[in-house]
Amino acid sequence: MSSRLRWRKFVSNFMLAMTGLCALIAVSVLFFILGYLVYHGGASINWAFFTRLPTPVGESGGGMANAIVGSAKLLLLASLLGVPVGFFGGIYLAEFSGRASAFVVRYAADLLNGVPSIVIGIVAYSLVVLPFKHYSTAAGSFALGLMMIPITLRSTEEFLNAVPRELREGAMALGASKWKTIVTVVVPAAYRGILTAVLLAFARVAGETVPLLFTAFGNRFWSPGWGQPTASLPVMIFTYAISPYEDWHRQAWAAGLVLLGLILAINIVARSILARGIAVPRS
Amino acid sequence: MQASARPAVSVNITPTGTVTANREAHASLPMRMTISKVNFFYGAKQVLFDISLGIAMSKVTALIGPSGCGKSTLLRTLNRMHETVNTARLEGEILLDGQNILAQDVTALRRRVGMVFQRPNPFPKSIFDNVAYGLKINGSKLPLAEAVEKSLRHAALWDEVKDHLHKSAYELSGGQQQRLCIARALAVEPEVLLLDEPCSALDPISTAKIEELLVQLKDLCTIVTVTHNMQQAARISDFTAFLLTGQLIEFSPTPQLFTTPGDPRTEAYITGRFG
Repeated sequence: MSSRLRWRKFVSNFMLAMTGLCALIAVSVLFFILGYLVYHGGASINWAFFTRLPTPVGESGGGMANAIVGSAKLLLLASLLGVPVGFFGGIYLAEFSGRASAFVVRYAADLLNGVPSIVIGIVAYSLVVLPFKHYSTAAGSFALGLMMIPITLRSTEEFLNAVPRELREGAMALGASKWKTIVTVVVPAAYRGILTAVLLAFARVAGETVPLLFTAFGNRFWSPGWGQPTASLPVMIFTYAISPYEDWHRQAWAAGLVLLGLILAINIVARSILARGIAVPRS
Repeated sequence: MQASARPAVSVNITPTGTVTANREAHASLPMRMTISKVNFFYGAKQVLFDISLGIAMSKVTALIGPSGCGKSTLLRTLNRMHETVNTARLEGEILLDGQNILAQDVTALRRRVGMVFQRPNPFPKSIFDNVAYGLKINGSKLPLAEAVEKSLRHAALWDEVKDHLHKSAYELSGGQQQRLCIARALAVEPEVLLLDEPCSALDPISTAKIEELLVQLKDLCTIVTVTHNMQQAARISDFTAFLLTGQLIEFSPTPQLFTTPGDPRTEAYITGRFG
């Protein structure tokens, strides 16, 4: 074997090892976080954590039932606000808009995606909290919903554009109108990608703390309806983690673990539903 | 080739190759579609020049010519698929059963003039749902299962798929997928079926099956097929139109076009001197 060939083999093996190592690091970060959360928070997770309200300072035990429900309500309403706007906006962008207007909408969405979450929080504060003179679930959802719009919109647009032209033509050649083609062929061909992106947007806002601080605020008790301040897992984690109490620290870890677990569970359920449909093979 | 300038060859577009007797034979047939004086543009670029052509009922008409001659474009005007391109512009008149297709509702027209594409393009649905698609979107009252079976039988695919109608269409081979697309087009019972090089992505065995199928389908509907395979045109068609640089050079009964072409350019093309 010539030295040149030996050198090439060495480079090839070295690069292979490097890429493998980087992939390993990427995966192990997740497992490290997961393990760390389980190690610190696992012990504090019990039935009471899911069913009881937080206890007053000094009294041990209690749970975060109100924060779990609060987070669920916030995310539900945020998705109801953000996903339809992003989804239908994405359809318009991909299927109907002219070049100039598409550029404006796309650019605006990218900018909105880059707006710091604290600024989104201030916007929600001045648009929803001030007029109603109340911190509320609705205000928090508004902030989170705003953050979901650009991700949903851009990914809807991209996955619709990736649907092969031949599929659209096939539908139109059978007498389908443009609208019918979109509803019956284009969106079904793209919905896996779109739903994956919606899940990413969902997971991202599920952990947002800053925009909730002065919109949903926080609550030591149950929050009735949608117009009152509410507890949420990220804000609870924040509050408990900076407190001086050992017991609260453990509960903050547990809350982190629950938050991650819930997002993971939603992801797995959504993906198992996705696996049933028929995917367009890549050509 | 210059974009907008009319090519120097053949300023006279009259199909010179058609012997009078044969032209009369064609003219005496009932016509399903009549194309008259069609000029076609993509933006400023003219791609079809003054095309006039009759599509005889229940016959196979083949459009041949080298790449870029405009044969696919001509085909796509027949069900107005050219309108999916914003810059496309059509002048002239195309009649279906004596009525101008350009004045009709485009979705209604496309139900009557179906199309099969170059590459098989089944939808991401089951085999059954692919065939039923056209019926469903058109709100057909026909019993779906029967209509689907009938179409699959017409497309000579029924025996191969009858036991797994609810599997994904993508599990079929390329040739089967293309026959599925034919079945899908046949399901809405079109009067005319357009095929845009339907075999160019297929292996020889699948190609033979589809050719055989097209000849049988004549009884069901009028067929117009684009091909750059001259042997295929010779095997399956009753009439052949030869296009070159956007002009109709010759239009004759197929045996005549391939044995005694009337235009030297046709002869040059079919004997393989260019194209």
